[in-house]
Amino acid sequence: MTEHTDTDIDSSPPTAVHGATPNGEELADDVAKVLETRDMDVFYGDFRAVADVSIGFRFNEISALIGPSGCGKSTVLRSLNRMNDLIPSARVTGEVHYHGANIYAEGVDPVEVRRRIGMVFQKPNPFPKSIFDNVAWGVKINGFKGSKAELADHVEATLRQAALWDEVKDKLSDSGLSLSGGQQQRLCIARAIATQPDVVLMDEPCSALDPIATLRIEELMLELKKDYSIVIVTHNMQQAARVSDRTAFFNVQLDEKGQRTGRMIEFTPTDVLFTNPEQQETEDYITGRFG
Amino acid sequence: MTPRVDDTDMATQLRTTKRPLERAVVVSLFLAGAISIAVTLGILWELGKEALLFFQDEVVSIGDFFTTTVWQPQAGSFGIWPLILGTLYITVIALVVAVPVGLSAAIYLSEYASPRVRGILKPALEVLVGIPTVVFGFFALTFITPLLRGVFGVNTVGFFNVLSAGLVVGLLIVPLISSLAEDAMAAVPDSLRQAAYGLGASRLEVALRVVVPAALSGIAAGVVIAMSRAVGETMVVTLAAGASPRNFDLGTDSLFGTILNPFEGAQTITGYIVITASGDISYDTIDYNSIFALGLTLFIMTLTLNSLSRRIVKRFRQEYD
Amino acid sequence: MTVQAPERPDVGFFPTDEEYVELLDKRTRRGAVVRTGFLALLSVAVLGLVILLVTIVDDSFGLVAVVNQNEPEAVVAAAGYDPATTALSDLSKEDLVTSLQGTISNGVGRRLEREQRFFEDRLVFESQAKWDEVCASDEPPSGCTGGARDTSSVLLLVEERVIQPDVVAVNGMIPSVLDGQGFRDRIESEFITVPEKYPDYTFDQVRFQWRAWLSWKFITSPSSSTPEIAGISTAILGSVWLVLIAVLFAVPVGVGAAIYLEEFARPNRINDIIQTNINNLAGVPSIIYGMLGLAVFVRVLEPITSGSLFGDFAPNGRTVMSAGLTLGLMSLPVVIISSQEALRAVPNSLRQAGMGLGATRWQTVRSQVLPVAIPGIMTGTILAVARAIGETAPLILVGAAGFITVSPSSPFSQFTALPIQIFQWTSLPQPEWRNLAAAASLVLLILLLTLNAAAVILRNRYSRRLT
Repeated sequence: MTEHTDTDIDSSPPTAVHGATPNGEELADDVAKVLETRDMDVFYGDFRAVADVSIGFRFNEISALIGPSGCGKSTVLRSLNRMNDLIPSARVTGEVHYHGANIYAEGVDPVEVRRRIGMVFQKPNPFPKSIFDNVAWGVKINGFKGSKAELADHVEATLRQAALWDEVKDKLSDSGLSLSGGQQQRLCIARAIATQPDVVLMDEPCSALDPIATLRIEELMLELKKDYSIVIVTHNMQQAARVSDRTAFFNVQLDEKGQRTGRMIEFTPTDVLFTNPEQQETEDYITGRFG
Repeated sequence: MTPRVDDTDMATQLRTTKRPLERAVVVSLFLAGAISIAVTLGILWELGKEALLFFQDEVVSIGDFFTTTVWQPQAGSFGIWPLILGTLYITVIALVVAVPVGLSAAIYLSEYASPRVRGILKPALEVLVGIPTVVFGFFALTFITPLLRGVFGVNTVGFFNVLSAGLVVGLLIVPLISSLAEDAMAAVPDSLRQAAYGLGASRLEVALRVVVPAALSGIAAGVVIAMSRAVGETMVVTLAAGASPRNFDLGTDSLFGTILNPFEGAQTITGYIVITASGDISYDTIDYNSIFALGLTLFIMTLTLNSLSRRIVKRFRQEYD
Repeated sequence: MTVQAPERPDVGFFPTDEEYVELLDKRTRRGAVVRTGFLALLSVAVLGLVILLVTIVDDSFGLVAVVNQNEPEAVVAAAGYDPATTALSDLSKEDLVTSLQGTISNGVGRRLEREQRFFEDRLVFESQAKWDEVCASDEPPSGCTGGARDTSSVLLLVEERVIQPDVVAVNGMIPSVLDGQGFRDRIESEFITVPEKYPDYTFDQVRFQWRAWLSWKFITSPSSSTPEIAGISTAILGSVWLVLIAVLFAVPVGVGAAIYLEEFARPNRINDIIQTNINNLAGVPSIIYGMLGLAVFVRVLEPITSGSLFGDFAPNGRTVMSAGLTLGLMSLPVVIISSQEALRAVPNSLRQAGMGLGATRWQTVRSQVLPVAIPGIMTGTILAVARAIGETAPLILVGAAGFITVSPSSPFSQFTALPIQIFQWTSLPQPEWRNLAAAASLVLLILLLTLNAAAVILRNRYSRRLT
């Protein structure tokens, strides 16, 4: 699959960057972005959790968000598909552009946003339904037009893509909760990609898993980036270094009123960030001097 | 320096001290707990004993009690089915009202309402819990019944009717269903909601297709508890459904015209007990014994429902542990 | 191990963007409709509550059509005043007593005087000789020792015995306010069209006046067989006695059981059974407790509950004592379960701290755990009391008297209670009783709402302190 068929709100065709491996390349502003925040602040009530985040995620890359705890990296991630709307006190200012359109603009339906920008959570959270229904449910609510057999084919293809098919093909009607933690998380990834989003957000997807399961998820992510753009929050720097093309470092700073607020420090190709960061703060963090 | 502790005989010093006061306290606390057992045994013993006397009476046969459909103590007919019919009919009407209303209330409060709206609606439902059933009975008789008679016609709707009683019992158990269902829905992990939202589900799809199914056993348990409450409800049915058992004959009476006519009165198990006991009832008469036989039936019915509900809840807990 | 790169699944089965927008529109609309449906159904319950409360308030006040045996103006005029400037309530006690003397028989007057005399210094209906004789008897009436009636109580007597109002028709509060004239017109036309409804009167005798069925007089008067003067003081006192006995029984036993189960019981069979049993008891219908009370307290324990062991009190076991204990048994599971919750909320560190100092378990519980749990226990107890006050069915079973006018004076008195009074009045056919039932319901609801509010305040203060 090379075409993003659902880019009607996009003005610049993404084909230009397909297949590109932008490691080491300059962060040029004219490269098309699938998702881009502009001067985004996120508040919880009166508390400003993150401030002035401007960051552009490119097509078919894995972008990692790292930083000490409390730096707001998960908050930023959840703002990218309006999951923060579910927290009554949360408020986002600034803009988030998806294919060039602001998802926080008046009249944008968050349901529509989330169909296109899927999400995988920290802890595996399969529905208490069968493995098959876990994958099929999102597909069905989003208006799948095929027959039952075609739906089954789609579920199979998705589970294959999530590298889970061989393990579950004989027990598709078992509860999703009967799987191991790593399998559950891959099921959640399968569930997320089954609805054909073009961005997948992952919020520390491996933090609850053992190393072997983690490895499999990482391999899966590298596989998936052929078709999807992925943004991942991780507290594991090695993981960011292994899987991501670009990495953003977030840190906690005191704002003008003396309140702690998360800010993005720098966003560069991963190998640059880990070998030759521009900012002293980043250097301190990746060398383990704090955090 | 002298040692603060004389350790020459430490082994003896550390031995268990007898504390008679402590012992007495624990024993009396245990007895307080055991009183509850005595209450249960007392209920079983008294209901059982008097019920036995009832069935030993020469005009009563246990077979007729459970198989015949006329309850007419004056004529020596003791078939329990008319009373069970009244009880279950009113319970069913109550559930038909209370289940949709209670579940809607729970879903709305748990999945939709803003904290401000919740802060108004939830206390209103809690006020309903606190209103005594006799006041609900007054309400049934002075508002609902005249309303029904106004709508369907004075000649169609009797002064005492099961519909009025059922509707008001329904109103009375709404808060029970809504609060238990809301608890069950609150116990559904938020991660499931987020997962569904993350897939592009709308609020309705999250509520009806993720939260409600996941909370289903808790909701079911609540409905069963509410049913038990409706079966045991006394004052509303006594005031609004009247004091005549709906005797019937399965072969000849028309099912919907007579047996299940919602516009006519029907006595319930509880209604019969209260009416019979409110006069100057003499001990060891057949009337006195009959209310205990009915009490035993009622006790078994509610106990069955309550343990069923607890079993459902137990299964529900395991799902998320 | 490397992962095979499978093809991305086919997207052909997914809706196109146009289709999706349409679909989303449909989903959004359906969501809005169902949401409205939920809110509508929820409103049914809230509406039910509102209508219930309005019905009760509506029936507690309103216009009545009343026929007085003697008009108050006539009484004032007979006493020698101008009815245009003087109201009945302005008359002096002497004038009121004179008016009574002119209307009631000497026999009734003597009975009233023996109950409570009219003046400290003289007798009105009784001769001094007879009075001394009666007062010297073995059982002197209350009038021999108590003080004299005050003006307001004599005024009540005049209203009751001289004016003798007879309510012939009632109207709700809301229709009275909106269309009082309509009520008047309706009654007037009824006197013409259905005169058999009012056999004793002509329309000229009818007066329309505003009546508050719920009034201070209603709360402080005893029950009566005449709706115009019936009150609920007997019932209120009965309810107070019942709750007092129920609490005195249920709280010590219930809290004790809760302490045992939470602090001392090891998980073994017996304690498991006790716990399960308590949960089961909480679901037993209240009427079953009434039957237990009837069989055990009223019948088996009659020598104790009728007080015959301690002297001559009641003819049978249908006393405040039996009913109070029955309500106590009924409240027991609620008190136990809520006390257990309160104890469970006490942080374990407190227990460890206490025991770490070498205190025994009971010492720790008594002086560290229990004081912290008391507000929670009180909240549960208040809620149990609120439930007990409203209970009707068990009281009927243990023989609450339908009609008594004497307030209970000891645990071995016969009694009635507020809910019983409401039940009795609701079952009577004449419409005036409905108004009394409504007024009594209003009193009961205000009482319960106050109790519930107290419980909520206590709970809020308590939970704030724990966090």
